[in-house]
Amino acid sequence: MKTNSFQSSRRFAWLPVALILLALVPQAQAHILHGEAGGFASGFHHPWSGLDHICAMVAVGLWGAQLGGRAMWLLPVVFPMVMSVGGFFGLIGVPLPGQEIGIALSALLLGTMVCAEVRPKHLIWPAILVGAFGFYHGHAHGVELPPGQSGLLYSIGFVIATGTLHLCGITIGLLHRWSAGKLTIRLAGGAILACGVYFLWAAVQPETKAPAPEKAKASAVEPANFWQHV
Amino acid sequence: MFERVFKRLILAAACLAVLFFPARADAHLVTTGLGPVYDGIGHFFLSPGDALAVLALALLAGLRGTAAGRRALFILPVAWFAGGLAGLTTTGWASPPEEIVGALSLLLLGIFIATDIALPAAAVAILAALIGGTHGFFNGVGMHEAGTGTGVLQLIGVAVTLFVLVALASALAVTAKPMWARIVVRVAGSWIGASGLLWTGWVLHGLK
Repeated sequence: MKTNSFQSSRRFAWLPVALILLALVPQAQAHILHGEAGGFASGFHHPWSGLDHICAMVAVGLWGAQLGGRAMWLLPVVFPMVMSVGGFFGLIGVPLPGQEIGIALSALLLGTMVCAEVRPKHLIWPAILVGAFGFYHGHAHGVELPPGQSGLLYSIGFVIATGTLHLCGITIGLLHRWSAGKLTIRLAGGAILACGVYFLWAAVQPETKAPAPEKAKASAVEPANFWQHV
Repeated sequence: MFERVFKRLILAAACLAVLFFPARADAHLVTTGLGPVYDGIGHFFLSPGDALAVLALALLAGLRGTAAGRRALFILPVAWFAGGLAGLTTTGWASPPEEIVGALSLLLLGIFIATDIALPAAAVAILAALIGGTHGFFNGVGMHEAGTGTGVLQLIGVAVTLFVLVALASALAVTAKPMWARIVVRVAGSWIGASGLLWTGWVLHGLK
């Protein structure tokens, strides 16, 4: 019975892969969209366009998996929800001081939480921490988002991509059930922490502070250039 | 058990993928070339704003149990049709109110689903009437402005499709008895709410 079930699941295994490929395929279009949102595909690409965002979102998933229980789904729900609030304020033009530093701190602190496997007594504290950083990330995305013709599809793609990054973190975090896996996750947290230190250093540099928004804007328009930032 | 769950997830993913094919949210019905009824049937496959609102309402109704699901199943298509008829006789509504209504309805429904708030079946029915009425109204205005003269037939197609969509989605949510299945629905709700809030920001950003 188990074998049949396994074989059956294998028969359908190509479907999620096909769907992911479908979502990643660029739109068939005669006109290249410069400076405007190209719908779902552009929104889906955007969160993948900055290493700082990837680090923070994967760290949220990893920490959730480490904490286990309700935290595993609560943290990845809190982050996109509060992120959308930040994105809303960014879109309507409400300024947020220290945005780059906040984003850098998110990778640094969340990486520290994963690396040290911090387990707060109450779930509210991780939720507040994750929510606060979600606001910073959302605001940054909100001010970077170019005005487009399909705000809804862009928003859906954006939120799904964020959730997918959390799921990546949770999936990696499932290694936590093995002792070697625990160490691997903590090492991953250490790597995110190191990235956070670099981001913070870059954010407080007076020379790099000025061109940062331009760079971010460029990555929003051309998300395919992500690997150039790595 | 695993196989059944896996198949359901695949079906849900396939439905979402189909939902994301359309190029833009549009209250004006797209002509399929197969006649006005089919234009109405095709509406939800080409208008993600409306489709997502229907999906959210159906999930909310399903989460609240079979009684709420049954009420939404009948009230939403009727309210949509009635709103559409009212819209057919109205002119002069610009796009921003329509988009704001769409965005706010996604936000509201998303929050209700994500928090799994214990709404009574009557409240779900009122929500279904409000959302059906407003979305249908804007559909009707779009049809009137298109000037095809077949708005009623298109609305019949819309209402029939609504009935089927709500039946399928709410049934899926009603059968979500295990805790993890409810969590999946609630996570989906949080994503819908987040998309609605971002969309609201987009609309306000465009109005500035």
